[in-house]
Amino acid sequence: MAVVTTPKPSEELISINKTLDQTNTITLRIARSNPAEGQETSYSEFKVPVKKWTTVLEAILYVKQNLDHAVAVRYSCRQASCGSCGMKINGKPGLACYTKVSELKSNVITVEPMNNFPIIRDLAVDFKQLISNHKKMKPFIIREDSEVTPESKEFIQTPKDLENFLQFSYCIKCGLCNSACPTMATDTSFIGPQGLAQAYRYVADNRDKGKEDRLKIVDDSHGIWRCHFAGSCSHVCPKGVDPAMAIQLLRGYMLGFQK
Amino acid sequence: MAERLSNREGIKGMANPTRYGIERVAYWLQRLTGLGLLAYLIGHIYETSTIVHGKIAWDKMLEFTQTTQGHLFLTLVIGMCVFHTANGIRVMLGHGGIGVGKPGQPEYPYKAASLNYKQRLCIWVSIGLAALAMMYGASVLFGV
Repeated sequence: MAVVTTPKPSEELISINKTLDQTNTITLRIARSNPAEGQETSYSEFKVPVKKWTTVLEAILYVKQNLDHAVAVRYSCRQASCGSCGMKINGKPGLACYTKVSELKSNVITVEPMNNFPIIRDLAVDFKQLISNHKKMKPFIIREDSEVTPESKEFIQTPKDLENFLQFSYCIKCGLCNSACPTMATDTSFIGPQGLAQAYRYVADNRDKGKEDRLKIVDDSHGIWRCHFAGSCSHVCPKGVDPAMAIQLLRGYMLGFQK
Repeated sequence: MAERLSNREGIKGMANPTRYGIERVAYWLQRLTGLGLLAYLIGHIYETSTIVHGKIAWDKMLEFTQTTQGHLFLTLVIGMCVFHTANGIRVMLGHGGIGVGKPGQPEYPYKAASLNYKQRLCIWVSIGLAALAMMYGASVLFGV
């Protein structure tokens, strides 16, 4: 009878597993506020056990499940696809599901609602302005012949045509760019890097025929001219959309420097 | 429903140069030097306008600028002027879409092409040029 023997794990593997299994305890400070009830911001502190791979969202959910059920946080996919869990983590906007506790290199982690968005409660913010500005940019292909008929043919795009806008179509509308933008911090009517980048996404698409409409919308005193290329939006974007590039290319297009 | 907190960072947030890399520092310096140069322009107009009050008033004003504090202030103005010009050229070109990279397929860990090494180099060169100009200006003003 054949005997199957399991090879013994090497010393190195045992050491790695030990490191991964190691549990540390961090202090999670959560900003609590409820403006609708007139409650000002205060901070609740919780001791949370974390492992090397624990994300900030998992730490918050640990608090919700075990320590305080009333913490308000918006989340959904837990894999940086839905853009729901944007918040300020140790003073910088980031996705809670995409930020590991270990990479913050601190035993005290402070989570606060994103700046430049009205607070609903605790970490949940109101996206009304962002969605409204996104809609204003007409985020769809505008063509007279967009209706599909039996005679319709596919619109062929080259890989180069696709590359002109593909990057900007990866926006998940998490709002981190708007939260980091210095103009958004002071101008309540500014369209914001998210909306402006989406305007360029369609302007750069050679299927689209609505350039003039969109350029009229962004050519405003609270539009594209309020961007001063601080680059903070691109610094925090979790999907590599690079809104700062889109805005500069759009402005270059409007000024006649770009095709 | 009670009014919700707007949660905007305001001028405090706009004027905070930390957190977002050297590009945000350059943004902050550009604004600061712009305001400084505006203040200098107003002061300069006031200074030169004293000439209408005659030679004595003009000489008195010149004496005021020939002090150590006056020289330090002028050295600072030289630095502000050089940085604002050099960084301003970088920003103006960037506003035209020049030097901000080309769109492409983003690859993890998603380094933004617009925050490229050319932009960073230009910022450091602007700071370096301002420092050199300040050193030269100080050596002329203080007669070193």
